Amino acid sequence: MFDKIFPYLLAGVSVGGQYALIAVGYTMVYGILRLINFAHGDIFTAAGFFMVYISATMPLYLAIPLVTVLTVALGFTVERVAYKPLRTAPRMSIMISAIGVSYLLQNLMWYITGGLAKQYPVLPWISDSITLGSASTKVVTIVTPILTIVLVTALVMLIQRTKIGMAMRAVSKDFETAELMGIKINSVISTTFIIGSFLAAVGSMLYFTNYTTVTPTIGAMPGLKAFVAAVFGGIGSIPGAVVGAFIIGIAENLIRAMGYTTFSDAFTFALLILILLVKPTGLFGEKTSEKV
Amino acid sequence: MSSMLIVKDLKVNYGGIEALKGISFEVEQGQIVTLIGANGAGKSTTLRAISGLVKTASGAINFMGRDIIPFNAQQVVAEGIAMVPEGRRVFENLTVKENLKIGAYLRKDREEIEAGIEDIYQRFPRLKEREWQLAGTLSGGEQQMLAVGRAMMARPKLLMMDEPSLGLAPLVVKDIFAIIRELKSEGITILLIEQNANAALRCADMAYVLETGNITMSGTGQALLADQRVRDAYLGSTAR
Repeated sequence: MFDKIFPYLLAGVSVGGQYALIAVGYTMVYGILRLINFAHGDIFTAAGFFMVYISATMPLYLAIPLVTVLTVALGFTVERVAYKPLRTAPRMSIMISAIGVSYLLQNLMWYITGGLAKQYPVLPWISDSITLGSASTKVVTIVTPILTIVLVTALVMLIQRTKIGMAMRAVSKDFETAELMGIKINSVISTTFIIGSFLAAVGSMLYFTNYTTVTPTIGAMPGLKAFVAAVFGGIGSIPGAVVGAFIIGIAENLIRAMGYTTFSDAFTFALLILILLVKPTGLFGEKTSEKV
Repeated sequence: MSSMLIVKDLKVNYGGIEALKGISFEVEQGQIVTLIGANGAGKSTTLRAISGLVKTASGAINFMGRDIIPFNAQQVVAEGIAMVPEGRRVFENLTVKENLKIGAYLRKDREEIEAGIEDIYQRFPRLKEREWQLAGTLSGGEQQMLAVGRAMMARPKLLMMDEPSLGLAPLVVKDIFAIIRELKSEGITILLIEQNANAALRCADMAYVLETGNITMSGTGQALLADQRVRDAYLGSTAR
């Protein structure tokens, strides 16, 4: 029995880690701007394409850092161009702007790639096969949850222990008073997007090592699931997003193990509806998330 | 040039409404200056204009010889103006100590910041006891002390206080005004906004009455306290 389930469990933990890395970006941006950054999934996809094109022209040890930098630059630019000018506008405007950016990025990627699936390069070591008990899998399956936990722990330390982290917490509570302390709101918000995009870049390398091809809309589903994970965990909460992501990743794969593969996506969204009905603030959500 | 802050003919528009219609006043070094007036008279707008939170339409704000109109909020803090905002606005999700630290956000002198925090704790021992608590768990009076301490951490030359007594119990209000007097005796210049005109005028060196965006009266605190029009409009029966 366990031997049959174990490979699915392993896959669940792994994909859960990948969702978590994306979910943290959603939840951090929401925590500070009260904005669902719909473009986040597309930034994740863009990171995949960056790797496809860049790895074709230079060795991976240069391509990996360059892809990370470009993804971060993309996230930063999206915020500066599409969200910052709307800082004082009604929240609905910035939401719509986010949807616009999402479609813009998707269409740009269609335009550049011609809509064809591109082969993702084989990253050394994490693409190697290993056998763990009853499961034969790739190294990335083991690396993902470990790396996720390490990165998220580092992030939580940053937020709890450093000056910029303190500023982020202050800004997430009260823009105006933070300004009165001399905090540069715009740099803090940019930092948030930089961190979120960095994690999405790391997530994309792990994700596409498993899925091997990149298409312009491939980020939509993991992006959406990461978003559900963030809502499930209580949007705005980083530990919540991580726990939510692991639960969703594992549950999806257990459903596959039971032979209901067709319903594994449906399960995630059913969970979203259920959590919104029963506990709209999520597992670790604040009671009052409305901004004064 | 003896005045620390000179506001001249300041106009501010809020979405088509003239919130300030050209007010002028001065704050001299070492004084407590108060603006009193009813709700909506433009008191808070005045402070928000000085602190760089709202754009001014016209007029001049001169602080220690520099025109600070083009400055944003961060630059105003860096110039030495700190604010205790209306409703305290402590960061409820930060600890008491972090709230004090964040008041010194622009300062680089780490050791002196630690010493400054100890000074605040000496002034407000209650904050020391609650050092590691989230600020949201403090009582209203404690939060007000924290907001004052937080502003002091910036080592301001001018401290602006927006309705520090609002929503506090009478005994706590007394404490707050005792603190304001104490700060003055230590040489801090204070610009105070209050609805509690009685208490504000009692501690003020200079006072201005603000009515619907205009300054209609000015004088020493004592003079306004004795003025019949002020008594009728702002002091009510309690001052008789």
